[in-house]
Amino acid sequence: MNKTIDIKDWYISNFGEFEKRLNGGKESSIHQKRKDALSNFSRLDFPTIKDEEWKYTNIAPLLKYNFVPSIEKKIVSKHFIKSLLFDEMEHSLIVFINGSFSSENSILLNMPEGVIVDSIANQIKRNNEVLLKYFGKYADHQNHIFTALSTAYTEDGAFIYVPAGKIIEEPIHIIFVTDSGREKILTQPRNLFVAEKNSQVTIIEHYVGNKGEIYFTNSVTEIVAEENAIVDHIKLQEESKKAFHIARMEVDQERSSNFGSHLISTGADLTRNEFNARFNDEGGECTLNGLYMIDGTQLFDAHTLMDHAKPHCNSHEHYKGILDDKSRGVFNGKIIVRQDAQKTNAFQENNSILLSDEALVNTKPQLEIFADDVKCSHGATIGQMDDDAKFYLKSRGIGEEASKGILLHAFASNVITSIKIESVRNYIEKIITEKFNQ
Amino acid sequence: MLEIKNLHAGIEGNEILKGIDLKVNAGEVHAIMGPNGSGKSTLAQVLAGREGYVVTEGEVTYNGKNLLDLATEDRAREGVFLAFQYPVEIPGVSNTNLLKTALNEIRKYRGEEELDTIEFLSLIKEKMKLVELDQKFLSRAVNEGFSGGEKKRNEIFQMAVLQPKLAILDETDSGLDIDALKIVANGVNKLRSKDNATILVTHYQRLLNYIVPDFVHVLYNGIIVKSGGKELAFKLEELGYDWVKNGKSVEVVNH
Repeated sequence: MNKTIDIKDWYISNFGEFEKRLNGGKESSIHQKRKDALSNFSRLDFPTIKDEEWKYTNIAPLLKYNFVPSIEKKIVSKHFIKSLLFDEMEHSLIVFINGSFSSENSILLNMPEGVIVDSIANQIKRNNEVLLKYFGKYADHQNHIFTALSTAYTEDGAFIYVPAGKIIEEPIHIIFVTDSGREKILTQPRNLFVAEKNSQVTIIEHYVGNKGEIYFTNSVTEIVAEENAIVDHIKLQEESKKAFHIARMEVDQERSSNFGSHLISTGADLTRNEFNARFNDEGGECTLNGLYMIDGTQLFDAHTLMDHAKPHCNSHEHYKGILDDKSRGVFNGKIIVRQDAQKTNAFQENNSILLSDEALVNTKPQLEIFADDVKCSHGATIGQMDDDAKFYLKSRGIGEEASKGILLHAFASNVITSIKIESVRNYIEKIITEKFNQ
Repeated sequence: MLEIKNLHAGIEGNEILKGIDLKVNAGEVHAIMGPNGSGKSTLAQVLAGREGYVVTEGEVTYNGKNLLDLATEDRAREGVFLAFQYPVEIPGVSNTNLLKTALNEIRKYRGEEELDTIEFLSLIKEKMKLVELDQKFLSRAVNEGFSGGEKKRNEIFQMAVLQPKLAILDETDSGLDIDALKIVANGVNKLRSKDNATILVTHYQRLLNYIVPDFVHVLYNGIIVKSGGKELAFKLEELGYDWVKNGKSVEVVNH
C-alpha cells in the first residue's frame, strides 16, 4: 500500500472524529455538503503529471507527508500580529491561527448596518441564509479533490456579507497564521464573500507561516459580486518556504460588477493558485494581477480561467514572476469567450524574469473563442535582467545590488501600483526590498 | 586628470582599440572624431566600465588611480560620467528615483551627507532649466517614450545633477535637430569649468561649432591617427574621413 492511499484513508476514517469536534456544527444544513464532499473525496484520485491540468506541477512531495488538522489551540503574540499590519492603518482584522478563528487577536470595527464580518464557523452554526445559498455553489467538489477535502472538512474561515448599497471604506484584513512547530499540520481556510447589488468592499487575504516549518494550507475562497458591486481582493502569501499551499478562488460576477484580484506571493515549497472568474451577465470588468518571487527549489503555479459567458465584459490579466536559483514557475491562463459573448475585451500577459540559468518557467496561454466580434490578446515574455539597463544605472554611480533591486522593483511596479491602498503598497514594497536589497 | 597609455581593448575576441594614447587635463575639452567602426564608442564604453569589453594591454590612470581597476559604479562615484549614445529606457523607474539614488550613492561614497527631499528638489529644478526640460519629466520613467532629442537632453540633465569631473559624451549630437543641438551644447558649455574635463565623441564637425574643443583627435582603425587643435575638425569636414584613411602617414601632435 502506498502513502497516497494512507492520507486518503486517514481523512475518510477520521471523519467521525472530526464530526465530534464540530461541537453542534453537525446539525447545520451545511453538514450534508460535508458528507457529499467526503464521498467525492474518497472517489477521486490525487492528480499526477499525467493529468493535463497538472502537467507541470507534481504534487508527489506534498503526499509524502501525513498532514493532519491541528487539534490544539495555539496563541500568537499581539506583537507578531501587529507586525503584519499595514502602517497601523485602522481596519477590521480577522485572525485565524492554525485554521481556527482567534477572537482575541481580531478587531471588528463598527460596520454599516446589516454587514456581517465573522468567522464562517459561527455563521454555519446560525444557518445564515446567504451562506447556505452560496456556500459550495461555485467551488465544485465533484471533480476537484482538494476542494472536496476542503468541503468535507469545512470548519472555519472568513465570512463577509455586504448587503445591497452598503459601502465599506476601510479594507477588511484577514490573516491566516500557521504556527505548526514540529507537527505537520493541515489548515483549510474556507472563505465566502458576498457583495450585493451596488455594494463595495476591499478584502485582504494574508497567509503567514513560520520560517522553515512544514505544513499544508488548502484554501478555498468563493466570491460573489452582484450587480454593480465593486470588490477588490488582495492576497498576500508569505508562507514558509517549506510549506505547501493549494488555493482555489472562484469569482462570480453579475451585471456591471467590477472585481479586482491582486496576488503577491513569495511562494512556498509548492504553491498552486487556481483562479476562476465567470461573467454571468453583461458589462462586467475583471482585473487579475499577480506577482510572485521565488528562489531555491520553490515551485509556483498560477492556474487561471476567465470565463466570458456574456457580452460586453472586459478582463485584464497580468502575471509576473521573478525566479532565482532552481525555482520553477508555471502559468496556465485560459480565456473562454462563449458564443454569446460578443464585444468581449480579454487581455492576458505573463512576464517572467529568470535570475539564474537553472530557473525555469512553463507558460501556457489558452484562448478558446467562440464569438466573432471580440478583442483578445495574450503575450508571454521570459527573459533575464536587462544588462543595458543595469549598466546604465551603475554608470550613474548606483551599486550592483541597488541596481538589481531598482530594476526588479520596476519590473514589479505595475502590479503593485494597481493596488489602490497606499499602506498596502508600502507593505509590499517592504517585502520586495527585503527580498532583493539585502 | 586622465591618461591613457597604449590601450588595447576588444569584445568577444575582436581587438577594436589597438594602442590608444591620450592625455586629458582638467579644464580641457577634447573631441574624438572618426568614421563609423573606428572604435570611438568602444573607447567611451571601456572608460565607463561596460562589462564584456576586455582590456588586453595598456593602462588608464584617472586622478592618480588605475581606472580599469574600479567597478563601473565606483568610476561614476569618482566623477566619471558617460552620456550614452543610445540612452537606455527603463520602464518603472522614474527620473527622480534614478537621480536621487545616484546622487546619494555618490555622496555616500564621498563621505558626504545625503540630500533631503527639499534640497534634492531645489537642485534638480535649477539644473532642469539648463537643458530646458519640463518638470513633468521628473515623474516619467527613465527615457521611456522620450524622443531622441529628449533622451539626449536627459543625459545632459543627469550630468548637470551629478556634476562629474570627467564627462564623456558619446555621439550626443547624433540625430539631433538644430534646436536640440543648441540646447545640449549650451548645457555642456555652462557646465565647463577649470576643474572638469570633457571628451566629446562625435562623427560630425557640426557639434564643434557649438562646443569649441581645445583638442581634436582623429580615431581610425583603433588608433589615434591625427591630433590637433579645433582647425583639424574643419579640415576633416572639408576633406572627409577618406583623407585620414588614405593618408597612411600618421602625424601625432603631442600636447
